[in-house]
Amino acid sequence: MSALLEVNGLTKKFGGITAVNNCSFEVEEGSITALIGPNGSGKTTAFNIMTGYLKADSGSMNFRGKKIEEPNPARLYRSGLSRTFQQARIFPEISVLENLIVASGYSWKALFGSRTTKADRAQAGEMLEEFKLSTLADFYASELSYGQRKLLEFASVLMSSPKLVLLDEPTAGVNPVMIETMERHIRERNEAGVTFLIVEHDMQLVMRLCNPVIVLDRGAMIARGTPVEVQNNPQVLDAYLGS
Amino acid sequence: MSKAGIIRASAFFGILALLPLGVKPQWVINLLIFTLMYAALASSWNLIGGYAGYPSLGHAAFFGFGAYFIGIIFENSVGNGYNPFFILPLVGLCAAIISIPIGFIAMKTRKDVFAIVTITLLFMVQTLAYNWRGLTGGAQGKGVAVPPFDPATFGRPYYYVMLILLLTAMSISMYFRRSKIGLSLAAVRADEDKAHGVGIQVTTVKIIAFALSVAIAAMVGAVWGYYEGFIYPQFAVDPLITIGMVLMTFLGGRATLWGPVLGAFILVPAQQYFSYEFGATQFYLLAYAAIFLVIMLVLPRGILPTLTDRIRLKAKIVAEANK
Amino acid sequence: MHSVIQALILGSLTGGVYALMASGQTLIFGIMKVINLAQGAFVIVASYLTFSLFQMTGLDPFLLIIVTTPIMFILGAATQWFLLRPLRPDDAAELSLLVTFAVALGLEGALSIVYKTTLRSIMPGYENHSWTLWGYQINEVRFYAFLLSIAMLGVLYLLLQKTKFGRSVRATVQNPMSAQLLGVNSKAVSAFGFGLGVSTTAAAGAVFGLITPFNPGSHYDLISRLLTIVVLGGMGAIGGSVIAALIMGIGAALVSALAAPIWSDFTFFAVLLLVLLLRPRGLFGAKVRGAL
Repeated sequence: MSALLEVNGLTKKFGGITAVNNCSFEVEEGSITALIGPNGSGKTTAFNIMTGYLKADSGSMNFRGKKIEEPNPARLYRSGLSRTFQQARIFPEISVLENLIVASGYSWKALFGSRTTKADRAQAGEMLEEFKLSTLADFYASELSYGQRKLLEFASVLMSSPKLVLLDEPTAGVNPVMIETMERHIRERNEAGVTFLIVEHDMQLVMRLCNPVIVLDRGAMIARGTPVEVQNNPQVLDAYLGS
Repeated sequence: MSKAGIIRASAFFGILALLPLGVKPQWVINLLIFTLMYAALASSWNLIGGYAGYPSLGHAAFFGFGAYFIGIIFENSVGNGYNPFFILPLVGLCAAIISIPIGFIAMKTRKDVFAIVTITLLFMVQTLAYNWRGLTGGAQGKGVAVPPFDPATFGRPYYYVMLILLLTAMSISMYFRRSKIGLSLAAVRADEDKAHGVGIQVTTVKIIAFALSVAIAAMVGAVWGYYEGFIYPQFAVDPLITIGMVLMTFLGGRATLWGPVLGAFILVPAQQYFSYEFGATQFYLLAYAAIFLVIMLVLPRGILPTLTDRIRLKAKIVAEANK
Repeated sequence: MHSVIQALILGSLTGGVYALMASGQTLIFGIMKVINLAQGAFVIVASYLTFSLFQMTGLDPFLLIIVTTPIMFILGAATQWFLLRPLRPDDAAELSLLVTFAVALGLEGALSIVYKTTLRSIMPGYENHSWTLWGYQINEVRFYAFLLSIAMLGVLYLLLQKTKFGRSVRATVQNPMSAQLLGVNSKAVSAFGFGLGVSTTAAAGAVFGLITPFNPGSHYDLISRLLTIVVLGGMGAIGGSVIAALIMGIGAALVSALAAPIWSDFTFFAVLLLVLLLRPRGLFGAKVRGAL
């Protein structure tokens, strides 16, 4: 397997605090990689840098074998790297169907075309089918439950057929049934060739789903390996217990 | 566009097109011209302030730009009287071109920065209008040549041009709603960072909305300047014009097709009535501010969205009950 | 050269006055993320208050600040409490812009009714005095105003750094959520902070009335300058806005002296655009993208 995403020496400081400290790791193509670590270990900051929402102070990033100069969320999305947010950010004032279409990564020429073309509706329809959201297609996204929103956000970032999806706590705050649903979708999509990098606090889920697991502490990678290896790594235990 | 929508729009514009033929009193035509003017302005403001959610406070600067454009070119002669109307597209184009670099810089960061830049633009243009005497005539104002229109139907050409501008503004509004520009703008309005993260051409759509919006405002300003015949800086670049279009859009409902029009058709006659009843402009400055505050606090979403929500809620309840 | 140095002197003195007005506005922005478009109008209200009180009592305008400050404070706190607090939180930032704009127009309208639109000046008799120092004119009123601004900024600094209220305010600025969890009454802090920000206009208004003739529409001249200063200062940093005010005061005076006064407004706008282009967070701002 080769590296789909490579980050080298990422560093980000906020005032006096170093959130990400000379952090390097790789995400292999086809994997479901977990990114875990205690609170404040820099996972979300690393996410924000990798998706172009934050500018790193130093460090570089390669995606699909190419160096990314000046990461920019929109451009990265178009080149196959998409993400979800911890709080399930969807667009509340447009319909569920449109939430999918708006994320399909259309070209600027398509801007001038119809709001929802037949092809758009067909593509979004399939996605809704897959995620069992078809009955909600015409509801405003604001009318969905929290779990449904998380599902919708996940579905929407798949609309552009990404190579790599970064999920920021996909199951935080949702019920057990929804966690299973989410897990199943991640697996299915992974089998279809999508690589995942997941920040997650639900350790049971991480152990079931992910391999390898990358552990961050104080902004740097301290361990990487299979779930079992990581679980038995004394450094990791130290980091979580805070000694 | 739905069938009902087409019928509604045809009826609206049909009636408005026939109105001047039946209505003779000058003051009614005058009132209608101002109503159409504000309906067009509010519809144009809605493109950026409503659909994109970027509250421009500087539209009056572009309005004034249009007025002076006409004033400066047609100071001495307007030929048969229709020439100023023919150059309206040019006025719009110039305003749009000016707005692009401003929009590009001002819309880069945040909505409140955009508001600051646009309001600063407004006051800068106002100062220029007062002080660049060679061009604007300063506080003495700038006269436009008088067209050879029949005094009995003097207002008619202006009326129809305003009507066309309203139609244009509403067509663009409709186009936004039905194209991916509108879809993208809805995403930008709700959560711009997220919109950026799903690959939407955020900057492009914002600039399109801003440029088209100010182009209409400038063209309306041009017709206003020509109609007034004399352009004074305090009226051409007037914060009240900005607040007027914002207020009407808010009253009727932001990001809707008919909201701004509804707002204008309620507020302009009301305003004219008040200024007729009470005279002094100071009072309606105060009245305007008061109405605005009341709308913000009581009906912040506007009439139309509040109504459609009610209807939607009712339909939902009925649907639930029928299950 | 002489005119350049004269402009520098005039510019720093004027800048000091702007600093006072802008510090209040910056404070308001810092606490509530509200851009107060009525700050200029509040200055003019304070000018008229001073004008009327001076005419009634004959007391020195600088002395009257003691009376006008609490009045402006109440006016500001009331504006926040009755007009801004009730706004729905999800679009409060946008609506508050429009509400404060409406307040500005309302104040302008009210002043026009009471005082008409004729230009007024506060004339205690020494408003045109100036000292000559090595051939440079130093206007007495502007000099006092400058000192007063520094004094008021000092008071503001002490209030924010040394008092319990100040700590609550700073906590709210840095992290509204945790401040609330720590028992800071954020509603009261917001109203107080807004009042405090507006109360700085009392001194600024007295000074403004002394150095320039004013009418109800004068707030338009102020507001764009103040906003530019707030943006340049990094939106929310009082120290930054003071420096920005001095820079803009001097810049505008230089442009007036070297080119023509009408271009000084244009300077503000051009600088605003340039700074936004090169340093979108303002000259002294270091905030990260807040939305994440």
